Amino acid sequence: MAINFLYPDHEVVRNPQRCIACRVCERQCANEVHSYDEELNLMKADDTKCVNCHRCVSLCPTMALKIVKTDHTFKENANWTGETIKELYRQAGTGGVLLSSMGNPKPYPVYWDRLLINASQVTNPSIDPLREPMETRAYLGKKPERIERDQNGEIVNNLTPQLELNVPIMFSAMSYGSISYNAHESLARAARELGTLYNTGEGGLHEDFYEYSANTIVQVASGRFGVYKDYLNAGAAVEIKMGQGAKPGIGGHLPGQKIVGDVSRTRMIPEGSDAISPAPHHDIYSIEDLRQLVYSLKEATDYKKPVIVKIAAVHNVAAIASGVARSGADIIAIDGFRGGTGAAPTRIRDNVGIPIELALASVDQRLRDEGIRNNVSIVVGGSIRSSADVVKAIALGADAVYIATGALLALGCHLCRSCQTGKCNWGIATQEPELVKRLNPDVGSERLVNLVHAWEHEIKEIMGGMGINSIEALKGNRLMLRGIGLNEKELEILGVKYAGE
Amino acid sequence: MKYVIIGNSAAAIGCIEGIRQQDKNGEITVIAGEPHHTYSRPAISYLLCGKTTEERMKYRPDDFYQKMNCTVMLGRNVTRIEPEEKWLFLEDGTAVEYDKLLIATGSRPFVPGIEGLEGVKEQYTFMSLDDAMALDEALGSGGRVLIMGAGLIGLKCAEGIARKAGSIDVVDLADRILPSILDAEAARPVQEHIEKQGIQFHLGDGVQKFKGNTAVLSSGKEIGFDILVVAVGVRPNVELAREAGIEVRKGIVTDERCGTSLPDIYAAGDCTESYDITTGEHKPLALLPNAYMQGECAGFNMAGSSKTYDRAIPMNAIGFFDLHMITAGSYDGECFIRKNGGDYKMLVSKDGVLKGFILIGDVARAGIYTSLIREQTPLETVDYELIKEKPQLMAFSRTERAKKLGGAAV
Amino acid sequence: MKMRRIYVNEKWCLGCHLCEYNCAFSNSAETDMVKALKDVHINPRIRIEEEGNIHFAVSCRHCEEPLCVKGCIMGALSIEDGVIMIDQDKCVGCCTCILMCPYGAIMPSDTGVMQKCELCVKNAGGTPACVESCPNRAIVFEER
Repeated sequence: MAINFLYPDHEVVRNPQRCIACRVCERQCANEVHSYDEELNLMKADDTKCVNCHRCVSLCPTMALKIVKTDHTFKENANWTGETIKELYRQAGTGGVLLSSMGNPKPYPVYWDRLLINASQVTNPSIDPLREPMETRAYLGKKPERIERDQNGEIVNNLTPQLELNVPIMFSAMSYGSISYNAHESLARAARELGTLYNTGEGGLHEDFYEYSANTIVQVASGRFGVYKDYLNAGAAVEIKMGQGAKPGIGGHLPGQKIVGDVSRTRMIPEGSDAISPAPHHDIYSIEDLRQLVYSLKEATDYKKPVIVKIAAVHNVAAIASGVARSGADIIAIDGFRGGTGAAPTRIRDNVGIPIELALASVDQRLRDEGIRNNVSIVVGGSIRSSADVVKAIALGADAVYIATGALLALGCHLCRSCQTGKCNWGIATQEPELVKRLNPDVGSERLVNLVHAWEHEIKEIMGGMGINSIEALKGNRLMLRGIGLNEKELEILGVKYAGE
Repeated sequence: MKYVIIGNSAAAIGCIEGIRQQDKNGEITVIAGEPHHTYSRPAISYLLCGKTTEERMKYRPDDFYQKMNCTVMLGRNVTRIEPEEKWLFLEDGTAVEYDKLLIATGSRPFVPGIEGLEGVKEQYTFMSLDDAMALDEALGSGGRVLIMGAGLIGLKCAEGIARKAGSIDVVDLADRILPSILDAEAARPVQEHIEKQGIQFHLGDGVQKFKGNTAVLSSGKEIGFDILVVAVGVRPNVELAREAGIEVRKGIVTDERCGTSLPDIYAAGDCTESYDITTGEHKPLALLPNAYMQGECAGFNMAGSSKTYDRAIPMNAIGFFDLHMITAGSYDGECFIRKNGGDYKMLVSKDGVLKGFILIGDVARAGIYTSLIREQTPLETVDYELIKEKPQLMAFSRTERAKKLGGAAV
Repeated sequence: MKMRRIYVNEKWCLGCHLCEYNCAFSNSAETDMVKALKDVHINPRIRIEEEGNIHFAVSCRHCEEPLCVKGCIMGALSIEDGVIMIDQDKCVGCCTCILMCPYGAIMPSDTGVMQKCELCVKNAGGTPACVESCPNRAIVFEER
């Protein structure tokens, strides 16, 4: 047997005084960490299999379990950290590309946490959202430059299709296949109840979910899986996915073993075949090409649906966004480098792309400078973690935000970052029926609705504090932000003053 | 509306509760020969062995008649029913008028004519509370007991008095114990279990005559005893009905609404014949659940509602010295038998439905089997292999389960 | 009678058996689950049936026409506000209710007399413990 270079990252700690050997942990762990020794009447654990997803911890009725980070360690080395060494061992053992999932976990600066929000004092009154109306409705889409009238002086409706959101929060793209049927149903039902939208991702739209079409964004990505006329028309909007924050420049790969049954039918590819989304769209090499796709989708949908172009936040994002804004797209979605994924090469996820805060600020500024800000709405995603992040994003110039990791957390995800194994113990990132059923959409949709309602309350609270009663009045209002712990350049890009200024 | 009920046991109580679900105000009069508050007849053996008390064996709480707004005439016997006039007479000549009448007169122990029986001073039957009290008093601190009949009543009696009696001998003409509910195969281990308690059986043998306190059996065997318990069977109390002109065979004949052959007169319980769906025969089924449900059905119909009771099956849950057994239906058909340690299981199917079963020892969830018989569920619609394994809802289809566990209550 | 009952949807039952443990705990006299259930062979009133990938919990349906109540030879079973209750003092453990119940939802307690789900009306009150503890809302307590 080869030498095992890898010591488990986590240890399962069981309090024997509390454990009643009910074996819930054993039954609930798809990784088969727990086992029961009949003779000893004792529960045992195999730490090597634990992914630290907390399913057992959450379900243990006596709170007899916890998972701790191992204190087993390499000799301290600020350059060759334990993680680096382990990853190297893993590759030396397998010869493979390291895979991970969910967002970039590295300690890069989080700019949201270096931005502070204003509040009214004395000279302009704050507003109590419990007593006064507070508008959080957002409309996404191209806004007309001017009011047009006919020869009788009547206003001509020159408004292109818009998306109406009760709250400026949407659920971003996650494909059926990368997440489960029940996760999709939870998102779809929550979107409908909240008056917002969810996004199919590049997995097609399961026939059961056509009923949620008014709250669905259908995505067209480089693999074009599941795309046909009815699909395009089933959504309230069509999104062209050019890139993803977690893996800019990289395509997608859903392994054949996940392409089973409904997933295969929905993607319109044979069972067992790998679903490979190419890195580029093979028909798009320029803004002009993009424009062709935008308009062919508009043709296919009779110019009734706004078209979204989603790009990853990369170095030239402002210039790219400028091009997109001229392509006929109605909405630009920008995905920051902390955005989640069901699977990505670790090195890409952790090293490619830029923070969404900086990308948003520069895109908004660029489009304003070029006088084309009204051509498009801007939606940002890539680790919006709280209502405060939402408020800051809007003040930086976003029209709305996309949340996905946050939504999955609401569904039970514990960010164990093992989606790529397909054995999600929470029934989210899996297609195994026994695991999928763990997510009851009654519960899932309720938790999503709770989350967004809670954020909505907080957003109103924060807006009220600033004396703002409409989300529109907050949009791009960077005076409501101040930076802290930022250098001159960062302040310049963000377009905010330093705290105290 | 004047309701009169003759009887005060399970069928009568079922009738009262049935009437009151429909009619809160009608007058209900309960007339019964026994002077006691309604009590559980099957409980008398538990009373003797101390598992219950006279208080706890009351079939309904003390305030039952009051809550149900009933007039009770206990310790009074009905002597005559005059259906034309719609009244009945008590021993003392009191006339009681009725609009709707329930006859729930029950059954009585059958005492066969045996030479010398009249000379046995200490002889008892085992059916009523008074029977049990008398037997208990006679037992005092011991005595040799001879029980005629190894059926349900005889053996329950044996269990009830086992600790008090000096010795117990049980005689039965049948070649096995509990012949009405067990086949030979199943009876054997039960017999052995009971014998371990010191009870002696004399099977396939009958008392030919009594010579004082000695029973002489057909085989020539002689058994001396101090106390005799006659438990060879019961006979429906049908005289009152017959004299009133109601159709009677072995028991009072009733329709599926529990009505008799005369209008406004209903009958329920041990005094009637039931239609056994497992055999297609009409016969008395002297079983408490059966009595209650017939009574309740009669009550509904007496109060003007419409209810049918057409799902009668013979069934018994009984235990002796901590060995439980549950049986139901008939045993004519294809048998599946499984023995496992002390547990015994026999399932009988015929014409694609479950007809009967015997469970000894492990009786868990037996009602699932009973319901298969009662509902005459086609076995092709369930997984019979799983059913053989153990009673389980898993054997039903998903849709059926969804109805059972998720749908409207039955 | 329109009342809240426990309903089970096997589509969402994970077979985790938490309902059984919480039932046993709720019906123990203890306030601490560990004290109540440690090294105890539980005898809950709700039971999981499982076969392959199918799991579901079974407990008393609180039938409107309860055969157990009608059949009880002791009058130990009764309906109180729609809830079928058992008076364990009266019960002699004759098993007639086991013979009668079409769901197999009534079983002997540790003392030999019968036990059954009483919707936790005698202990927790409010929501039955099995419903409260079901992690996937496979067991619900509602009016249907």
